[in-house]
Amino acid sequence: MSDSGSIFSLALGLVLSGDAELWSIIALSLRVSLTAVALACLIGLPLGAFLAVVKFPGRDAVVALLNAFMGLPPVVVGLFVYLALSRSGPLGVLGLLYTPTAMIIAQTILVTPLIAALARQSMADLHVEYDELFRSLGLSMSRTIAALIWDGRYSLSTAALAGFGRAIAEVGAVIIVGGNIEHVTRVMTTAIALETSKGDLALAMALGLILITLALFVNSAVLTLNRTARRLAYA
Amino acid sequence: MLKRSDAPVSDDISAQPLFPLAATDLVFADRGRTLIDNLSLTLDGRGITAVMGSNGAGKSLLLRLLHGLLTPTSGAIRWGGNPLSDEVRARQAMVFQRPTMLRRSAADNLRFVLNHLPRNERDRRVEELIAEAKLDHAAATPARLLSGGEQQRLAIARARATEPEVLFLDEPTASLDPASVHAIEEVVRTIHADGIKVIIVTHDIGQAKRLADDVVFINRGRVAEQAAAAAFFERPATDAAQAYLEGRLQF
Repeated sequence: MSDSGSIFSLALGLVLSGDAELWSIIALSLRVSLTAVALACLIGLPLGAFLAVVKFPGRDAVVALLNAFMGLPPVVVGLFVYLALSRSGPLGVLGLLYTPTAMIIAQTILVTPLIAALARQSMADLHVEYDELFRSLGLSMSRTIAALIWDGRYSLSTAALAGFGRAIAEVGAVIIVGGNIEHVTRVMTTAIALETSKGDLALAMALGLILITLALFVNSAVLTLNRTARRLAYA
Repeated sequence: MLKRSDAPVSDDISAQPLFPLAATDLVFADRGRTLIDNLSLTLDGRGITAVMGSNGAGKSLLLRLLHGLLTPTSGAIRWGGNPLSDEVRARQAMVFQRPTMLRRSAADNLRFVLNHLPRNERDRRVEELIAEAKLDHAAATPARLLSGGEQQRLAIARARATEPEVLFLDEPTASLDPASVHAIEEVVRTIHADGIKVIIVTHDIGQAKRLADDVVFINRGRVAEQAAAAAFFERPATDAAQAYLEGRLQF
């Protein structure tokens, strides 16, 4: 086995040389996770705003469940999606198992509670501030929710970025429902697991470097968004 | 407690006059404390009414009850004989002591309440309201970056954009500098001149003297005195009002 220094050099070489296999894995990872986060936002943002605005019996229980689901283990989500999509499962007829679509479904389920819970908290704070004005104006529930989502867009962007961070970094769900098939469902995290077990540490390290860079990018974006929002008094 | 009134709505209520406003035997209790205590009040639709009283007397609560933001524990509120409803409240507007600024530009805060208008008309109306509020320099500025006085002028312009027949102002000039107070009083006079009934809560005796046609003095959750402004300030009829005007009344 090479020493750490040479592995790092090889990894950097792979990244800089534009290695086709490496970049196809990165492209699929981004496609799957970005699509999953977009879908999770479509579901999670209105859901979070609804829970922040509308009082109904059992709302606290739903919120507690949502908060608990923020920490859903990816392998468990993967298992449920696998059972649903497997040939004998209720959605087996769709033939989606071991496709990027299955991975998108799994990550959407994984990330939606996180985005909805973060959105609910930030929408609840905003709603306290806007409540009397909106009731004075006689705003409908749909307009209230739309206004909260628009005015909370900066904090909601950070919720979406947190969701992306969770999706791009998880391995448990995508490896179960995607199967880590080369050029079909292999993404960064599953490739790292495979290449490490095979002993090809340079490729694994190259992918690891990309993941770390993405994590840094996400955190910087969150920080920048928050600062910009505060500076413009939109936070 | 914060639910809107479920009172039945009369037919064709939008065509009926809102006044007289009659509040009868209003009680509002919260966590075991009676904050509004058998309050009865009648107001007509003319002039500017100042609601005065010491801290905790129930002035802001009364405004919220009349506007329907709070539901009384018991008692009745009738606007022109009709119970409070969405239709009645749509003809009213309220400006709060701490203006709620949407996280948008000043102009977009106005557009928000004018979204039922066609785009051209809406833009024209926003321009008019911005000019009336003397905020031409700040139309594109995020509303929360405006000064306290500018924010309050914007809040009043936004309330005015809804074309209310009644405007509630809850201590709109509290903690503003004299120039901002003067600017807001000018706006209030203009609004009144346009035929809008103004009901203003204020602690500022000078302001009440400058603006009000009549005064409702609240003490311990009840109307202690209701009189024409000149009479109230010259010869208050109750010891509580006398003590308040002399700065001796404490809640």
